[in-house]
Amino acid sequence: MNLLPQSEPASRQDLLPLKQDTKGFGARIGIFQYVGLVVFLLLIWSFWDLQVLKGDLYSEAAERNRIRSRPVLAPRGKILDREGRVIVDNHSTFSLLLSRENLRPENLGYIADGLGLQLTQLQERIRRYAKQPRYEPVIVKDELTAADLSFVEAHRGQDMFPELEIIHTQRRLYPSEGFGAHLLGYVGEVSEAELDSAEYADFRPGDVIGKDGIERYYNDTLMGTDGQRRVVVDNRGRERQLLAMREAVPGKPLRLTVDLDLQAVAELAMEGRRGSVVALDPRNGEVLAMVSRPAFDPNAFAGRIPTKVWREIADNPENPLLNRAIQAQLAPGSTFKPIVALAGLETGAIDETSHVNCGGGGSFYGRYFRCHSVHGSTALRKAIAQSCDVFFYTYGNRMGIDAIAQYAQMAGLGRKTGIDLPHEAAGLVPSPAWKMRNYRQKWFAGETISVSIGQGALTVTPLQLATAIGGIATGGVWHKPHLVRHGRSEAAASKADLNLDHVSDVVYGMYAVVNEGGTGVRARLANVEVCGKTGTAQLASNTLLKSAAGRHMVDNAWFVGFAPKSNPEIVVVALFEAGAHGNLAAPIVRDVMKVHFDKKARREALAVPPSVAQLIPRKLMPQEPR
Amino acid sequence: MPATYRSFRDLDWTLLIITLILCALGVLQIYSATLGTVWDEAWWKQVVFLAVGAILMLVISHTDYHFLLRRVPWLYVGSIALLLVTFVIGSKVFGSRRWIPVFGMTFQVSEFVKIVLILLVARYLTDLRTEYLETRDLVRLGIVFGIPMVLVMKQPDLGTSLTYLPILAGCIFVAGLRWQHIAAVCLAAVIIAPASWYLLKDYQKARLTTFVDPESDPRGDGYQVIQSKIAVGQGGVWGRGVTQGSQTQLRFLPVPHTDFLFAAFAEEHGFVGVVVALGLYFLLLMRIIQNAQMASDRAGLLICVGVAALLLFHIFVNVGMVVGRMPVTGIPLPLMSSGGSSLISAFIMLGLVQSVRLRRFVN
Repeated sequence: MNLLPQSEPASRQDLLPLKQDTKGFGARIGIFQYVGLVVFLLLIWSFWDLQVLKGDLYSEAAERNRIRSRPVLAPRGKILDREGRVIVDNHSTFSLLLSRENLRPENLGYIADGLGLQLTQLQERIRRYAKQPRYEPVIVKDELTAADLSFVEAHRGQDMFPELEIIHTQRRLYPSEGFGAHLLGYVGEVSEAELDSAEYADFRPGDVIGKDGIERYYNDTLMGTDGQRRVVVDNRGRERQLLAMREAVPGKPLRLTVDLDLQAVAELAMEGRRGSVVALDPRNGEVLAMVSRPAFDPNAFAGRIPTKVWREIADNPENPLLNRAIQAQLAPGSTFKPIVALAGLETGAIDETSHVNCGGGGSFYGRYFRCHSVHGSTALRKAIAQSCDVFFYTYGNRMGIDAIAQYAQMAGLGRKTGIDLPHEAAGLVPSPAWKMRNYRQKWFAGETISVSIGQGALTVTPLQLATAIGGIATGGVWHKPHLVRHGRSEAAASKADLNLDHVSDVVYGMYAVVNEGGTGVRARLANVEVCGKTGTAQLASNTLLKSAAGRHMVDNAWFVGFAPKSNPEIVVVALFEAGAHGNLAAPIVRDVMKVHFDKKARREALAVPPSVAQLIPRKLMPQEPR
Repeated sequence: MPATYRSFRDLDWTLLIITLILCALGVLQIYSATLGTVWDEAWWKQVVFLAVGAILMLVISHTDYHFLLRRVPWLYVGSIALLLVTFVIGSKVFGSRRWIPVFGMTFQVSEFVKIVLILLVARYLTDLRTEYLETRDLVRLGIVFGIPMVLVMKQPDLGTSLTYLPILAGCIFVAGLRWQHIAAVCLAAVIIAPASWYLLKDYQKARLTTFVDPESDPRGDGYQVIQSKIAVGQGGVWGRGVTQGSQTQLRFLPVPHTDFLFAAFAEEHGFVGVVVALGLYFLLLMRIIQNAQMASDRAGLLICVGVAALLLFHIFVNVGMVVGRMPVTGIPLPLMSSGGSSLISAFIMLGLVQSVRLRRFVN
């Protein structure tokens, strides 16, 4: 019964007999069995611990693994011009979300590297969301590039960077070259400081809100409400199931009163210059164009811009962020004279017999005030047309500062017009009371002489000047300027009971400026009776003087014009700071008006009563002239 | 013949039925874990392997194990040769060469080497004829086991090579290892363990590091352990239901049909299912040991002990890994994990146990 192969060494086989009993192994097998039992009990105990004792804990961990909240970002409403043409649009882009529930802090360095972000910046962003529920993700980067997308796709997933998610978003698209930048404003992420204020109580970190201009003023209209999706994801972050969905409510479109054609003409004319153009309809206060230069590119602000870019714009000495149309407070110079003239006529200080003999200047209160020319015998119309300072020194002095201030304020100067834009400046109409209140000083009579020609402490914004002159031109009705129609009634306007003869005296003076060899002949149009007034302000406002001393010592050039002479429908103000381009102010006003009246003529040529229009075959309809 | 094969009815039916139940649970879990993935054919492949394995088991159980013992030298030489061949033509998967292609399928040679080593140690220890093992016997066995272990380790497949140790340990322990030797081995382990740290590859070190502290590397190996524990824990008492485990179905659990199959099972069947499955494994082991005790000779006994020791080690390491109590080693769970080589090798080993049982009556 030898089961061993024959090759077995013979010596060993001879030593001992082959033992085949297995009895001696019993004890050791018993030990082996107990080892097995212990192993199984240990395993069972481990499962008891994980599944029964800590089951809830791990169920929560599993939930965190698979359930994600993903925002559905609502697109902002488009901004349209008065004819429905799109000015501000949206375009599709991708944003990167970081889920804080799945965040592994040690990954942040890699993520920042991969996306070209600063680690500290990234950590700061996450810190800002600390007060929000943890299921709300942090938007880390907008406008993902192809490189960003492939980085995220390659590293997404539970075993790499489970915190990353990509969502589809709509980003704001503004016109280029700073077109309408100040008027439109821009959007940006709500800041930490803003979130702490009551005004922004309803917003959450990461919300993109209007920061300036129309975007800010009408933020509630334009901004939609973000939706949210609760989804089940797999280990690669792919959606497997939608648990709940709250739809995003898109923002509403906003139609402005601005006419893109007028805006374009003004923008082009101001290219590379410093100043502002404002055009409005004096009959209702609708703003047709509003330009401020230098401008900035709002597209640079549209997302989350690096601080560096922001500082470059904000620290520019040319101050491109300033909306000069409503924020530049400058002496109006001679453009103020129509208001002084009206004040004189209304108070009786000026009548048809009023005249001066201008010899190039005059002495008042022991000081000699120059005129820019020698006008000889000058009555009101010539005084306006030729902008004779001596006439206004004389009669301004005669009517007194209180009368001037009263009519300036009546025309809306010295206070905000209430236009639907943020950060409007009020300008200043000086008076003895104002001086006493602010400087505890008596009013000097000599100051009245300066104010009479729009100098001294008097400051206006281009919008105020346009509103004031427009109101006078329409016979004493000042409408609140606005960029969006609200169906506001006439009651919104302030009215003055003016003598219409006095108004037409002033209007004729302004007609003469343009059409009867006055200072503004360059504003003349062939078929339209354009009225206007030039102005050269010798000093900039005190505030601007302080901000960039020296540069603003150069004259500012103004032109304010309206047309037609009777029943005016457009008033335009052009301002050139540091008036090297002073002689361009009148032509810009003219060009803007020309576009307005050309369009009107074309509209009238095309206009067919609707009932008839339906009966006429389309090809027989008048065609647009080529 | 020293032992006779009586009849078909003498097969260990309990063992066979437990085996088939465990395999069925495995197939069900493979089906559930691979639903809607690229591996969704794995469950019926497993069924095919199961059939092949069952046939092989019957063939082996009808073969006298002494017949195989006599051929151990040739089997051993053949095994070494095949391991060397694996180096040359083995297909590289996940950075290691473990598989050789046969008839369009791939076989993991190292899984089958286990069987040869069980037969080898059984024969060697039977041939000794002494009460206790001498040091020179241990050295010889060490060398004989060391060669395939080193070859497998170089594939590299540390996990599988380590599974050879319990075969040796179990058999020499039962066959009369001196307590002095046991003490010496324990002492040596304490000394060698720190030194071997320098011999490990980086990923192996990482596995050990993350075993101690999974949170130290939540993206890599630690991730697997964390997700596995979440899966097991979320199963709770009653489980999430077949195909309902989110960790498994959403693929948070890595390789839920092979190495981490038991985590998927625990998630979907809960503590109750785990107790049932582990209970079946325990019964299986006890049944094998019972067969060892009934064996008609030392060789048969040692074969059964070798099989039991190997299975116990597999279960302990794999299930221990699933609950985070053992490092991640890539050792499959016998009978349940998807994989033909592992399954067929397990069936062959159980066939050996049956063969021993069928020849338990000495004439």
